[in-house]
Amino acid sequence: MTRHAEVEDLLRPLAPQVLGVLVRRYGRFDLCEDAVQEALLAGALQWPEEGVPENPRAWLITVASRRIVDELRSDHARRRREDTAAARTPPDELLAPAAGDEPSDDDDALTLLFLCAHPALSPASQVALTLRAVGGLSTAEIARAFLVPETTIAQRISRGKQKIKASGIPFSLPAEPERADRLRVVLQVLYLIFNEGYTATSGPDLQRGELTAEAIRLTRELRRRLPSDGEVTGLLALMLLTEARRSARSRRDGSLVPLAEQDRGQWNGALIEEGLALVTNALSRTALGPYQLQAAIAAVHAEAARAEDTDWAQILALYELLERISPNPMVTLNRAVAVAMVRGPHAGLNLLQTLDDDSIAEHHRLYAIRAHLHEMVGDRAAALAGYQAAAHRTTSLPEQRYLEARAARLIDQGQTRHQD
Amino acid sequence: MKYIALIHNNPEAWQALSQAERDEHNSDADTFLEAITKSGELLGGAVVLANPSNAKTVRVRNGVPAITDGPFAEGKEHLAGYYMLDCESMERATEIVTGDPSARFFAVEVRPIMHMTGSDL
Repeated sequence: MTRHAEVEDLLRPLAPQVLGVLVRRYGRFDLCEDAVQEALLAGALQWPEEGVPENPRAWLITVASRRIVDELRSDHARRRREDTAAARTPPDELLAPAAGDEPSDDDDALTLLFLCAHPALSPASQVALTLRAVGGLSTAEIARAFLVPETTIAQRISRGKQKIKASGIPFSLPAEPERADRLRVVLQVLYLIFNEGYTATSGPDLQRGELTAEAIRLTRELRRRLPSDGEVTGLLALMLLTEARRSARSRRDGSLVPLAEQDRGQWNGALIEEGLALVTNALSRTALGPYQLQAAIAAVHAEAARAEDTDWAQILALYELLERISPNPMVTLNRAVAVAMVRGPHAGLNLLQTLDDDSIAEHHRLYAIRAHLHEMVGDRAAALAGYQAAAHRTTSLPEQRYLEARAARLIDQGQTRHQD
Repeated sequence: MKYIALIHNNPEAWQALSQAERDEHNSDADTFLEAITKSGELLGGAVVLANPSNAKTVRVRNGVPAITDGPFAEGKEHLAGYYMLDCESMERATEIVTGDPSARFFAVEVRPIMHMTGSDL
């Protein structure tokens, strides 16, 4: 008897392959996608009991095809009832496989990624559809991972599929001129999935960790197909280097541990090694991009055995580059931290002043970082007010608890000083 | 991001509406909820609360429970119902809520729900 987890591992990578074959044979992405889900479910139920079929892929294609054929037949009958005069394609012709060259499974999976991350879809639909159609996850699994009701995810998936149908988006790789932009959206979707899992801190959210594993798996697959794209490699490296720190970033009770205080012995050495090799390779061979630079920054942190060994000058140089090629206030905010570490907290505070009129002026992270720099300078009152303002503004409970603890520590220090 | 939309109204104001206005409110509310269910932004369903005169408020002091009649909040405005949204941003949440007839007849407060995720510090 095969264990359920092994069956899952076998089924998920087959999902896009099977779906690709069916969409090319029958068209109708929406219908085929539902049929593949049913076939995956049938496999997940039957294989652990009855054993894995000799050719799992063919088994899934057969089961899903049967489903599609039934649907097409009843569609056809319905239309005939509605309009008997019109000439209709006989059902048998509907079922015949398309002639011509069969593209490879790799092409299909890639095409599916582009399709699910089509810019006409909302980000929420892109994420849900990618996880289901390319990742092979069920609606229930996606709902559990995102902590929303199953019906909400089901709506997002069906809305995404309706959009694909209504916009007449073809099942083919985007043509060269728009390919780069479309790939950027694919990477964004994968990074969103990764972050949803990574930022989960503990306890009841454990299933969310599965999302990081899934995002890494899909990005690995994407890199296998586009090995020379620096940003795909950069994103994979960024995910691995970030994931390497996951067990050190929060305590059992879900409270957050800042990078400087993490037990680096808990970092995952194998992931770091792989991430470092990938980012080095990408930086030396391909055009620079934001994911590569973020991965390079994560790599500098990963290379420091102790927090105080961190090469902040290099991190600062990388943030300067990042800000030049993709300017955004969050990058400026992070650069201010690096500036403070290299040139002192006053220089960091000066840089933060440039953000006062920006869209992130009221963002809790700006308040938190400014408070941290005030604390470095020794301005206890400003730091305390800053941490408290940041705690009011954040919507993250672990971050709020951390900020409140920082504020409480400053109050304690003040009281101790008074008693002296 | 998850948000809660809190419908605040005044039971007297509801009573003061004409039957036609109440019908309009109810039918628009159904249409509104159906639209945000289909968009995949409504979490679960909407909750409508009973008239505040049915409320009891519980306080425990020194281990002794005291149960009083009536709602916690004083004044004429009360929480009449709520629903939860999962959408991109506060901007999107308030945009959704402008379609809620309760915002037209009464007022709807939108508040972020705290989440358990945290970014790197």
